[in-house]
Amino acid sequence: MLKIEAVLQPSKLDAVKDALLEAGIEGMTILEARGHGRQKGHTEFYRGREYTVDLLPKVKIELVLHDDMKEKAIQAIIGAARTGRIGDGKIFVSRVDEAIRIRNDERGETAL
Amino acid sequence: MSIHARRLSLLPALAVFSAAALAQTPAAVSGSAPATQAQIAALQQAVQNAQSAGDNAWMLTSAALVLLMTGPGLALFYGGLVRKKNILGTMMQSFAMMGLVTILWAICGYSLAFGHGNMFVGGFEHVFLRGVSLTPNPDYAATIPEQTYMVYQLMFAIITPALITGAFAERMKFSAMAVFLSLWSLFVYCPMAHMVWGVGGLLNATAGHIPSLDFAGGTVVHVTSGVSALVTCIYLGKRIGYPQTNMPPHSMVLSFIGACLLWVGWFGFNAGSALGASPLATSAFINTHFAAAAAALGWTVAEWIHNGKPTALGAISGCVAGLVAITPASGFVQPFSALLIGVVAGAFCSFMVFEVKSRLGYDDSLDAFGVHGAGGTLGALLTGLFATRAINAIYGNGVATGAIDGHWGQELHQLAGVGIAWGISIVGTLILLFVVDKVIGLRVTPEQESAGLDLSQHGEEGYDLNS
Repeated sequence: MLKIEAVLQPSKLDAVKDALLEAGIEGMTILEARGHGRQKGHTEFYRGREYTVDLLPKVKIELVLHDDMKEKAIQAIIGAARTGRIGDGKIFVSRVDEAIRIRNDERGETAL
Repeated sequence: MSIHARRLSLLPALAVFSAAALAQTPAAVSGSAPATQAQIAALQQAVQNAQSAGDNAWMLTSAALVLLMTGPGLALFYGGLVRKKNILGTMMQSFAMMGLVTILWAICGYSLAFGHGNMFVGGFEHVFLRGVSLTPNPDYAATIPEQTYMVYQLMFAIITPALITGAFAERMKFSAMAVFLSLWSLFVYCPMAHMVWGVGGLLNATAGHIPSLDFAGGTVVHVTSGVSALVTCIYLGKRIGYPQTNMPPHSMVLSFIGACLLWVGWFGFNAGSALGASPLATSAFINTHFAAAAAALGWTVAEWIHNGKPTALGAISGCVAGLVAITPASGFVQPFSALLIGVVAGAFCSFMVFEVKSRLGYDDSLDAFGVHGAGGTLGALLTGLFATRAINAIYGNGVATGAIDGHWGQELHQLAGVGIAWGISIVGTLILLFVVDKVIGLRVTPEQESAGLDLSQHGEEGYDLNS
């Protein structure tokens, strides 16, 4: 079992969700996040002085899936979220030890 | 309907009565004359009552508008500008003034401001509002109950200390603020109000030794609160993390709503200072509106040039600056003078806030000095320049009012009024801050400041959006 975490632009959330559903992935958790990569953010004005705002709004999607769904999920996300500009985001993949369905105690891949 | 129209419309009625009386036989004439006299007297009383009704209606409305300026106008304006963790603490400071100052005013504030005393402060003749009834007090306003006048002035007394809270936002103890501002309203506001508006006041326009023109409180309200704000923010010190940490407004939406309520409420503040539903009230109303609009534009343009973008914060700050500057001038100047005063105030106050504040480094958190202190001072001086007998012949028919009429000496009087306001504010505020600090302690602890006033002072959270 794998966990895929994708940090995205908030404006891309709907497109990515739709692409994942089309790829057959139905379960996901969506979080509101703030952050930045190497570009450090934008400037705002307050009382005539310029400030750097480096905590930009982001959206994070978490998916836990079968190993063989990995490439399909990654391609769905990239296809929907890529613009080619700074701020597109990142995807991280990690292993998951256990998955349990709370409703009926199912464990392992059938719980996904 | 103006008073003239009312009187003219009664002429036909009077003519009929007179004609009827003259047509009678001599014996009948002397018999009916007293009845006619009685009728004329009754009509005159009715005319007076009608004028009083119009004036009282406008004055009560104005009093309500001025209270609206504090709650929720100022509460929202300031509340939106602070960080989320301090929203309730900030609003509570304005609200506390609504409660505390009312009680103090009723007990002795009105007497100290408007009772007979000496040149500097009133006396105790009206403590517990003794002698303040529903009959007019001709010293102040001959057509409205004195209680209307008292409650109208109360709303001014409420908002003045509330303005100061902007300077020490996010770092003063609620208890210390309550004590400090209560004492301030008695020892700084009441004497200043007496000097400018009270019977026998030093700066009173109609009878003082140094007649100073302050229609609705440029010196009494804005200079005193603004300068006291500066003194307080310097005494208290900067917020933790200022100026390196960015502390932007948590809700420009709330501040915007507050600013618009201030604009509308100011019609009561300025036009109500005509103390009646008169053409002078109309002049003040128009000047108020024109100055607000021109100043919003002035600040916005200045900022657009300076920073490349016109901010909402700049626009609403500009409109408040214009309203402040026109306050002393509102019942004295022509409408186009008001536009000019507005534009100048918008540009000047933006300069005070952008350049002077950052260069000198004081943490006047919500620009109480930059807008009210500086704007009020500017407004008082421009009043001396633009006040004209064409709008308000306060010194007598045909007598010059301000510099524009040729009376350049008025500018010296304005300077004196401004100087006294600065003086009493600096000295009074310093003494009170020192005393309250020694007895209670003014500033919250660093931990309380980090946690925010809402939690540390009130045990509450302003927003619990997940509940």
